[in-house]
Amino acid sequence: MEKKIMLGNEAFARGAYEAGVKVVSSYPGTPSTEVTENAAKYDGIHVEWAPNEKVGVEVAIGASVGGVRSLSCMKHVGLNVAADPFFTAAYTGVTGGAVILVADDNGCHSSQNEQDSRYYGRSAGVPVLEPSNAQECKDYLKLAYDISEKYDTVVLLRSNTRISHSRGIVTLGEKIEKERIPYVKNFQKYVAMPAMAKKLHIAQEKRLAQIAADASEMEYDGIKLNKVEMNDPSIGIITSGICYQYVKEALPNASVLKMGLINPLPLDMIKDFAGKVEKLYMIEEGDPFFEEQVKAAGIELAGGKDMFTIQGEYSANMIRKAFGLEIAETVSIDDAPGRPPLLCAGCPHRGLFHVLSKQKKTVLGDIGCYTLASLPPTEAMDTCLCMGGSISMAHGFEMATESSDHVAVLGDSTFFHSGITGLINMNYNGAKGTVIILDNRITGMTGHQQNPASGKNAKGEEAPAIDIATLVRACGVKNVVEVDPFDIPEVDRIVKEETAREELSVIITKRPCALIVKQPDIPYIVTDKCKNCKMCMKIGCPAIEEKDGRPYIVPDRCVGCGLCATVCPFDAIEAEDGKGGEVND
Amino acid sequence: MTKTNILIVGVGGQGTLLASVLLGNLALDKDYDVKLSEVHGMAQRGGSVVTHVKISEDGVNSPLIEEGDADVIIAFEELEAYRWLPYLKKGGTMYVNTQQWLPMPVVMGQAKYPENIMETLEKNAAKVKAFDALKIAEECGSVKAVNVVLLGAASNDLPFDEDAWIKVIEENVKPKFVDLNKKAFELGRNA
Repeated sequence: MEKKIMLGNEAFARGAYEAGVKVVSSYPGTPSTEVTENAAKYDGIHVEWAPNEKVGVEVAIGASVGGVRSLSCMKHVGLNVAADPFFTAAYTGVTGGAVILVADDNGCHSSQNEQDSRYYGRSAGVPVLEPSNAQECKDYLKLAYDISEKYDTVVLLRSNTRISHSRGIVTLGEKIEKERIPYVKNFQKYVAMPAMAKKLHIAQEKRLAQIAADASEMEYDGIKLNKVEMNDPSIGIITSGICYQYVKEALPNASVLKMGLINPLPLDMIKDFAGKVEKLYMIEEGDPFFEEQVKAAGIELAGGKDMFTIQGEYSANMIRKAFGLEIAETVSIDDAPGRPPLLCAGCPHRGLFHVLSKQKKTVLGDIGCYTLASLPPTEAMDTCLCMGGSISMAHGFEMATESSDHVAVLGDSTFFHSGITGLINMNYNGAKGTVIILDNRITGMTGHQQNPASGKNAKGEEAPAIDIATLVRACGVKNVVEVDPFDIPEVDRIVKEETAREELSVIITKRPCALIVKQPDIPYIVTDKCKNCKMCMKIGCPAIEEKDGRPYIVPDRCVGCGLCATVCPFDAIEAEDGKGGEVND
Repeated sequence: MTKTNILIVGVGGQGTLLASVLLGNLALDKDYDVKLSEVHGMAQRGGSVVTHVKISEDGVNSPLIEEGDADVIIAFEELEAYRWLPYLKKGGTMYVNTQQWLPMPVVMGQAKYPENIMETLEKNAAKVKAFDALKIAEECGSVKAVNVVLLGAASNDLPFDEDAWIKVIEENVKPKFVDLNKKAFELGRNA
């Protein structure tokens, strides 16, 4: 069989292909995005970007009811959005296999929190699988469908940043050809209204009990989900996922119970293992999810969260230290300045945030690249809570402060995701605030996925593009203005005018993401006219540094957007060729 | 070779990912086990980025290199070389592109770019090969080839022969950039 180096997320996509999955519907979110992107490369799978995770899960459940295998992928916080259909689909069960893939972000590499999705599986009452390397990403996704169909349940497949974004060697397998299961009306199963839901709840508990009873022996395609590796019996470790790899590296002689099925827990197996080792330890990143259940089952642990943190990622060295083992001595570096991420050179958002910073506006912000505008030097964002939260928060802020001299700022994709409901609320409830939608024609932060306004679908084919201004007007907003965010005087005037207006307004800044269109690439230079006021350094461009006490534009980093020249009060910045160029859209 | 750990560090957007893909495929071709761990999302926007590459004949468990366990560090920028120095093994080698990219706290005068970087690297590494890889990349026709120039230099310390490198470049780089990257590799290897 062919072997390939695959990213964990690529391997998940391969697993979906091999499992004969027919429908994938997801919303992008780091670290889950590449699963759906890679699934879109296979023929024979309907792959789409949904406007949010709730829609994605509903589409997947609909496809399952329609008789095919389906998948919806999201980051941990996306499952909060999708929790509504997820919990009730846990009652109804499936026709074609249905898998929800959720990728946690231990260590907060690219997220607003590091919540532990394992609780969702337990709370909803569905089986949860967790792979520990790229090969298992593929294998587990595939066998999740066997479990889903055998037990008539949605399966939650849990990954995290380190699993999704590590590459490893994967042995490819054959594609399973699945015939669609013909649709048979069954409202007792699929109409979750009180009378049925009560019965469905009983059925759901029963199947979970059956899965728990089978957990210790569960095996598919020769892959045993939970397994014991007996070595030195003086130390026994219970672990799962990426922590298994850290344990194997730090404590190669320890006995290990590796769990691949992490809900329900294989308690019989754990009890048996506990009896075979002298000291039993629990090593799990995140919350004491296993530990509390194992302790509640009356099994004694020699160590768990008393030895390890709830925050961040683990490592082999962290485990070595906890067990008193030696680690390599190294030089310590404590004076390396941090390098926080920045908006890219040429980023269209920079113009708007320059104006908001200058006008010292309170900015209720949102989730996207533009959250970076909260950092120095622009510092033009006051809050960031959740997807779409900017608009609703701005409304609440308006009622509290009895003023509408602040703005909500969010991106186009975030607006479709869950900002639009907040805007409908503002219009309905008489808000006078100002909402700014940054239309850069792509979902940027997650690596450029198409969205309902970008004119293309997940497969890169032409798709109808929603006109945001028309949509906003249809929500009842009367004052809608579109502006190029690099036209600084216009942006300045419009923001002043619209925030002063005693009516709800929406400003749409229109300029494509600098990474999706050809930039002029004629670098700008600081001329002798420079009076060293450093205004150009306040826009936070990664191409502008200081050299010999004056601003200096690093030529190979400058993309020629010219924003620095626009903000320069002394006309001291000009294009190297004296003319400059336009973005080639 | 039983195992080789390579840490690739730089600034988001410098092309550290291609370097790791090439190394991964070299290992696969030789039937070694290999794991790589990389940074996506928020951290890529001009932030400090790191890719871990672990190659072994006897299997790799954790995809992460620990402090004091990198045989080779390939640094795309001086401050990043300095930041990640604690990961270098005693007796390890460091390849450094002599480019300084000031982070925003330094640009804004809130922090200082360390002055003694090269001395500290020399003192703590068995070998430091510091050179202007960006200039060589420019000579090859694209600043983007800086990653392959650095790999070319580091290839002298890695357990793969030249033909294997050329093959992996041919197989993993877009056809129209193959010649440029082959030249970048050669110039880096002889730098």
